Amino acid sequence: MSTTTEAAEPASTVDLPESTGGGITTFDITLKVRRYIPEFSDEARWDEWTITMQGTDRVLDALHKVKWELDGSLSFRRSCAHGVCGSDAMRINGRNRLACKTLLKDLDTSQPITVEPIKGLPVEKDLIVDMEPFFQSYREIMPFMIANSPAPSAERYQSPEDRERFDDTTKCILCAACTSSCPVFWTDGQYFGPAAIVNAHRFIFDSRDDAGDMRLEVLNDKEGVWRCRTTFNCTDACPRGIEVTKAIQEVKTAILTRAA
Amino acid sequence: MQVHKYDVVIVGAGGAGMRAAIESGQRAHTAVLTKIYPTRSHTGAAQGGMCAALANVEEDNWEWHTFDTVKGGDYLVDQDAAEVMAKEAIDAVLDLEKMGLPFNRTPEGKIDQRRFGGHTRDHGKAAVRRACYAADRTGHMILQTLYQNCVKHNVEFHNEFYVLDLLTVDEEVTDDDGTTRTEKRTAGVVSYDLASGEIHVFQAKSVVFATGGVGKIFKTTSNAHTLTGDGMALAYRAGLPLEDMEFVQFHPTGLAGLGILLSEAARGEGGILRNADGERFMERYAPTIKDLAPRDIVARSMANEVREGRGCGPKKDYVLLDLTHLEPEHIDAKLPDITEFARTYLGVEPYTEPVPVFPTCHYAMGGVPTTIDSEVLQDNDTTVPGLFAAGEVACVSVHGSNRLGTNSLLDINVFGKRAGIAAAEYAAEADFVELPEDPTRGVEAMLSTVRDGDGGERVATIRAELQETMDANMQVFRSEKTIKEALGIIENLRERYTKVQIQDKGKRFNLDLLEAVELGFLLDLAEVMTVAALHREESRGGHFREDFPDRDDENFMLHSMLYKDPEAVTEGTQGIRFETKPVVFTRYEPMERKY
Repeated sequence: MSTTTEAAEPASTVDLPESTGGGITTFDITLKVRRYIPEFSDEARWDEWTITMQGTDRVLDALHKVKWELDGSLSFRRSCAHGVCGSDAMRINGRNRLACKTLLKDLDTSQPITVEPIKGLPVEKDLIVDMEPFFQSYREIMPFMIANSPAPSAERYQSPEDRERFDDTTKCILCAACTSSCPVFWTDGQYFGPAAIVNAHRFIFDSRDDAGDMRLEVLNDKEGVWRCRTTFNCTDACPRGIEVTKAIQEVKTAILTRAA
Repeated sequence: MQVHKYDVVIVGAGGAGMRAAIESGQRAHTAVLTKIYPTRSHTGAAQGGMCAALANVEEDNWEWHTFDTVKGGDYLVDQDAAEVMAKEAIDAVLDLEKMGLPFNRTPEGKIDQRRFGGHTRDHGKAAVRRACYAADRTGHMILQTLYQNCVKHNVEFHNEFYVLDLLTVDEEVTDDDGTTRTEKRTAGVVSYDLASGEIHVFQAKSVVFATGGVGKIFKTTSNAHTLTGDGMALAYRAGLPLEDMEFVQFHPTGLAGLGILLSEAARGEGGILRNADGERFMERYAPTIKDLAPRDIVARSMANEVREGRGCGPKKDYVLLDLTHLEPEHIDAKLPDITEFARTYLGVEPYTEPVPVFPTCHYAMGGVPTTIDSEVLQDNDTTVPGLFAAGEVACVSVHGSNRLGTNSLLDINVFGKRAGIAAAEYAAEADFVELPEDPTRGVEAMLSTVRDGDGGERVATIRAELQETMDANMQVFRSEKTIKEALGIIENLRERYTKVQIQDKGKRFNLDLLEAVELGFLLDLAEVMTVAALHREESRGGHFREDFPDRDDENFMLHSMLYKDPEAVTEGTQGIRFETKPVVFTRYEPMERKY
C-alpha cells in the first residue's frame, strides 16, 4: 500500500524463454441449458446443443455461439465479458460462477455442461432472474459512507494499514453469486444474504465511516448475520476471491464485542 | 404507450451518468434510464487511475496537466476545455474521496499517486506521479462509489430501459438582427423496457446523454458487449453533428487474441514491452519516456514491430509485456486484477513469464460535440436547448486526437458533474417542450421492421463482418486503400441489414431484437467513422495514414463535424454532410510531438 519504490531500470535486451505458444486447439462440447419462457410455456425445459469451441473460449462464448448461430431466443445477461461487471453469474455444472470467467477447457467436456439460472431469485426468462430482492437487501445496509465530522478542505487522511483493513470487501461486483449459493437464502427469502453483509463490512471497517453501529444494528436483526450457517458456499462462489465467510464472521464478532 | 414527465432525464448510468445524477437529483425531479444495471457499466472496467495535480508525492500543478493533455491529443484539444478539466480534476478527486472512495494511500495517509503514460513534469521533462488510484480497479471503485451515493440520495433508476429515440422539435427563432432560423429543442426520449417490451415516452425539460462509447465496432476491443454507440447514433439520426469520429484509441496492452485490457498502470509501475528478440523496443521510438509514451505512439510502435517481423508466438502477431523484474509482492499490491486476467484467460504467470499483448480498441475520442458546460451543439455555434452530454459519448474536446490514460475517469467526473448541474439549472428556468405528434412512431416502425423481417440475414454474421473489416482496415495503420475497402464493405452490410431476421418473437427480455437495433447504431457510426477518416489526409494522434504520414496543421488543424443529410455527398458517400469547426487555442502553440 505504500508509495512506489524506485525499481532498477530493466535490461534493454534479455533472452526470452522458449515460446509456449502452440496452435489453437478446438474441441466439441455439449451445452445443456435450463430454459424458461413464461409467455410461451409455464414449464421449464432443458435444451442441448453440441458445438465446436476453441481453447481460450469460456462458457459465455458457448452461450453466444448458440444465441448468435442456432437459437436467438436464448436469453442471458452479459456485458464486460471479463469478470468485472457482474452481469453473468449463473449455475454452471451445479456451481455458481461467472460465465465469462469459466474456461470451457477447465470443465469436464466429456459430459454435457449444464447451465441454470442462479437460485433463490425469481426466474424471468431462461438465465435471467429478478435482481430486485438482491439490491433491496444491499440498500438496507446503507451502502454509503456516513461521516459525522465536517469534511476537510482536502482529503480525509487514512493510514495504509486502515485502508488495508477493508480492502478485500471493496472488490465486490454485486453479481449475486455468493448470495444465490447460500442454502439459507434459498429457504428463507428474507435473509440479507452474504453480498449485503460484505458491503456492510466494507463500511463498518472503514476508519473514515461513523455509522458502523447503525449497520451492526441492522445486521443484528433476526434476518441478519445470525442466519449464516458458515457453509462457505459463498466464499467458494465469489468470482473476485473475497473471503466472504470470514467477512461475515468479522461482522458477527463486531456485533458481540459492541454489545459487551 | 406510457408517458412520464421529469425535469431531467439522464440516459446511461456509468460514471458520467451517475455523477450527473448525484448533482441533478438533489436539484430537480430526475430519472436515470439505463439499458443495464448501473453497476454493470463499463466505467467499472477502468483500472489504472484518475489524474489530478494534487502534488501529494512530488511537485505538480494543473498547468502541466493541461499541457500534457493538449500535447497528448496532438494539439487537436480545445485548450479552454483542457484547462477546465485539469483545474477541476483536483476537486473531482477530493469529491470522490469524500464520497467514500478507498484510494490507495501514502505512508502519511494522503491519496497516493503513480506514473501514467504521457503525464509529465514541467512540459515533458520526465514522467510524473499524477494518477490517483485504488490498486488496479480504480474504475470499479469509482463506479461503486457513485452508485453508493446515488443510493444515498435516492436517485430514481429505470433499469434495463433502452433509449431508442431522442425527441426534438424544430422551432423558428428570430435573432436580434431580425433574421429567422430553425432551431432544434429537446422534448424528451422514447424508451423500451426490456422486461416487458413496452414503449415509454419520457418527456423532459433536460436530457443528459451519458451512454458511453462504441468499441464494439471493432473485433478486438477492451469494450463491453453493450458499448454500441447508442447515444452517438441517436444524436446523429436526430440531425445533430458528430465531431472527430475518425479518432479511435487503441490501447497498447490488450491480452493477445482476446483484447481484454491490461492497464497502463502495469507500465506505470515499471513493466516494459519487449519484442521477439527480447528487446525493449520503446527505447527506439520514445527515447525520453519510453514505455510511458502516450497510447497512440506505443500502439503504433507495437504494430510496427509485428509488421517488421519481430512479433512473438507461432504467428509472430503479438509482443510481450514484461513484469518479471518486479517483485511479486509489488505486483500483488498494485496490479492484482490484471495479473489474474493473464492467469485466467491465457494461463500465463506474470511473476515469471512475459504476457502476450497487442493493441485493442479502447476509446472513442470523438462523439457528440458539447460546450464546456456540457451543452450539446447543433452546429458550430448553437446549442440544443435542453440537451446535454458527458463522458465518452461526448466530444468537448478534451482528448483531441488521442486521449491520455486516466483522463477518461477524470472526464466523466468533471463533465458529468457539470452536465448534472447544467441540466438541473436549465430545467429550473425552462418549460416543457410539447411532444411531437405520435412521438413513438419512429421507434415502433424501427422495431416492427426488425421483428417482422424475413430476409434471412443474421445479426451476428453482419456484425462479425463489420468488426473484421474494421480490425483489418481501420486500426492503427490506415490508408486511402484500406479505408475505402472498409467503407465498401460497410455500405454492403448496411444494405444487407435491411434484410435482417431475428428468431425471438417474444416481448419479454427480447435481447435478440435489441442486438439487431444496436447493430443498426454500429453500422451508422462505422460509416461516419470511415468517411471522416478518408477525409482527414494527414496523421495525427490515433489517426495514422500511411499515405499521409505527417501532421498537416495548415489544412487539418480542425475538428471534423459530420451530419446526416440525405442531400449531401462526402467522399463519394451519399447522405453525409462534412463541415469543420476551429480548434480553441489559449496558451500552447502547436509543436512537433516528441517524447
